[in-house]
Amino acid sequence: MLFFALPLIELFLFAYAVSLTVTHLPTAIVDQSLDARSRDFIQALANSGNFDITLVLQNEQQVRQAMDAGTVKVGLIIPPNFEKQVLAGNGNVLILLDGSDSFSVQSGYNAALSITQKYSLNLTTEKIQSGGGAVILNALTGQLPITTTTRVLYNPDIADLIFILPGLIALIMQIIIVTNSAMAIVREREAGTLEQLLATPARPAEMVLAKLIPGMLVAILDMAMILAIGVFWFKVPFQGNILLLAGLSILFIISGMGLGLVISAVARNQRQAQQLTAVIQLLAMLLTGFLYPRTTMPLWTQIIGNLIPMTYFVRIIRGIMTKGVGLTFMWTDSLTLFIYAVIVLAIAAAISKKRLD
Amino acid sequence: MLNEVVISAQALVKQFKGQGRIVTAVDSVSLEVRRGETFGLIGPDGAGKSTTTRVILGLLRRDSGTSSVLGFDSMRDVYEIRERTGYIAQQFTLPGDLTVMENMRFFADLHGIPRKLQKSSIAELLKFAGLTDFTSRPAGRLSGGMKKKLALACSLIHRPAVVLLDEPTLGVDPVSRREFWNLLGNLRAEQGLAIFVCTPYMDEAERCNKVGLIYKGRLIAQDTPAGIKKMIPGHLIEFKPARFEAARKLMTGMPGILEVQTYGAMLHLFVDEVESRQKQIEAVLEGQGIAWSGMRVIQPRMEEAFISLVRRQEASENGQ
Repeated sequence: MLFFALPLIELFLFAYAVSLTVTHLPTAIVDQSLDARSRDFIQALANSGNFDITLVLQNEQQVRQAMDAGTVKVGLIIPPNFEKQVLAGNGNVLILLDGSDSFSVQSGYNAALSITQKYSLNLTTEKIQSGGGAVILNALTGQLPITTTTRVLYNPDIADLIFILPGLIALIMQIIIVTNSAMAIVREREAGTLEQLLATPARPAEMVLAKLIPGMLVAILDMAMILAIGVFWFKVPFQGNILLLAGLSILFIISGMGLGLVISAVARNQRQAQQLTAVIQLLAMLLTGFLYPRTTMPLWTQIIGNLIPMTYFVRIIRGIMTKGVGLTFMWTDSLTLFIYAVIVLAIAAAISKKRLD
Repeated sequence: MLNEVVISAQALVKQFKGQGRIVTAVDSVSLEVRRGETFGLIGPDGAGKSTTTRVILGLLRRDSGTSSVLGFDSMRDVYEIRERTGYIAQQFTLPGDLTVMENMRFFADLHGIPRKLQKSSIAELLKFAGLTDFTSRPAGRLSGGMKKKLALACSLIHRPAVVLLDEPTLGVDPVSRREFWNLLGNLRAEQGLAIFVCTPYMDEAERCNKVGLIYKGRLIAQDTPAGIKKMIPGHLIEFKPARFEAARKLMTGMPGILEVQTYGAMLHLFVDEVESRQKQIEAVLEGQGIAWSGMRVIQPRMEEAFISLVRRQEASENGQ
C-alpha cells in the first residue's frame, strides 16, 4: 500500500506545499513620514504580493522585537521627510530581514530591491513625461530616487551554516527519536516478548514510561553531542540561554518519543512502523519550516506540519541559538510543545493495549 | 481447599475475523482445573491450544462463554489474574543479553517484589531450576533446555498459585524435556500448584493428572490419561508385516477389527476380542502369503487413543 502512497504524498506535497520563493512575507512597517509619497510607496509594496503588512510600528526597536518574537520576517522603515528626499533624489528605505530564515532573507531582499527600483523608474518616467519639474535622478550619482539599505539581523554575514545548523539539529533529533521509539513496542510484539510482558501485572502506562525514559536519556546525550559539535567545531554562534534550550529540548524529545510510541502501538509489525516513520520524516523535511518556508504553505499543509513536534522546535532552537531570545518570545511554541507531549503520551498509553488483539 | 477449581472455562468461544471469513479457533470449550492438578491440553498444531490459553489469561478477548482464573474473570479482572499466575508464552524468548540473574531480577521487579525478598527467593528458584552455577551467564548463551528452566523460574518468581505453560518444551531435547517435567512434578508435589500445560507431545500427556484433547477448536475428550485410554473400545494388537500396504488393506474392514492405525512399520489393530481375532488375523495373512513378525498385544498409549478419538470425531462430523 505505502509503496504507492508514499510517492503520491511526496508528489502532491512538493507540488502544493513547497515553494522556493516566498511571497506574502509577514512585514512590519515603520512610516516616519506619513506623507503621500510614503503611503504610495507602501501601497506599491503591499500590491506586489510579496509583503503582507501585518504590523504598523513606531520605530526600529519595535521591529526588532517583533522579529525576535517571530511575528514578522521583514521590517521596512521609511525615514522622516520621505517625499522631500525622493524629490531631491536621495530617498532611502531601511530593510530589516530575519537572518534566522534564509528564505526570508533572499526573497525579502530581492523583492524589496526590485519593487523599489521599479517604483523609482516609474516615478522618474512619470516626471519626465509630464514634462514639468525637475528630473529627480540624483544629479551627482545618477542613482534612482529611492535606494534601499539592507540589514540582516542575527546573521549579518548571511552564513549558510547559521541558517541550516539549528534546524538540522532539530531534524537529526526528530529522526533519531521517532525511529527508535517507533520500533520499541512493535519489536517486542514481533519477538513475542510483548505477550510475556502483557502477562505480568505491568500496566500499559508503565510500559510506555519504561520505553520512554531510557530512550530519552540517550537522546539527550545525542543532542548535547551534536549541539557541542555545531558550536565548537562548526563555530555556529550560540546567542541564547543554554539551560532554556536544554529544558525545551527535553520537552521536544518527549514529544517525539511519544509520537514514535503511538506509531509503535498502532503498527502490527516492524515494517509498518518503518513505513509510518518514513512518512513522518518526509513530512518533517517539507512541512516543519526546516528547509522550506511555512508562511507560503496552504493552510492544510500547515496544519499537518503542526502535528509534528519538530515544527515548534525548529522555531524554538532558531530563537534561542540564532536570535538569542528568551521564553517570553517563545512561550506559545513552548506551551504547545508541552501540551503536545502530554496528549501524545496519553494517546500512547491509551492505545498500548492490555491485550494482544 | 485442595479441590478448589482454579481455572474454569464454560462454553468458551474465540473467533478470528479476517479477509471476509470467520475462523472459530476455540469452539465452545469447557474445562476445569483444580488445585494440585496438572492439566494437559493436548492437540496438534493449530488445534486452538494457544488461543484457549490466551483467552483464559485475558490476553485475547473471548466472543462468548465464560472463563476465570482463581475466581477472577478473564476479561474483567486481568490484573488480579496476572498478579497471581505464571505464564510461559509459546514463543517466549528471554532477553538474551541479560544474564540469568538479571532476567530473574527483571521479572521480580515487574511483579513488584521488594529487593530484600528477591535475594532469597531468586536463590531458591535458581537452585530449584539447577541454574545456580550459571547466574552470570547471558540467557542467550544458555542451552535450549536451560532457557526453558530459566523461563519457568522467572514465571514462578512471584509465587503464583497457577502456572500456564504454552508448549514449554518445544524444541528441547528429550533429556531436558524429562528434567523439565520432573521440575513440574516437584512443583505440584511441594507447593500444590495448579499447572495448565499445552503440548503436542503425547508422552507428556501421560504425565498429567488430567488431559483435554483439543481438535479443530473443540475439546473432544477430557479425563485422566487412563480414562482417555479406556474410551477406545477393544484391545490393541501390534505386528510388523512384510508387505505393509497389502496387509493394511487386508485388515481394514475385516470383521472384529474396529480400527486400523499405522505406527512406523507397525500395524496397530483394535480388535473386539484378542484370542480369536489374533488367530483370524494370522490365518488371513498366511492365506495371502504375507510374512509378519512381532505380533503381540500392547496397552494403548495416548497416541493411539488420540488418533482414535479424532477419527471418531471426524466420522461424527461427516455423518451429520
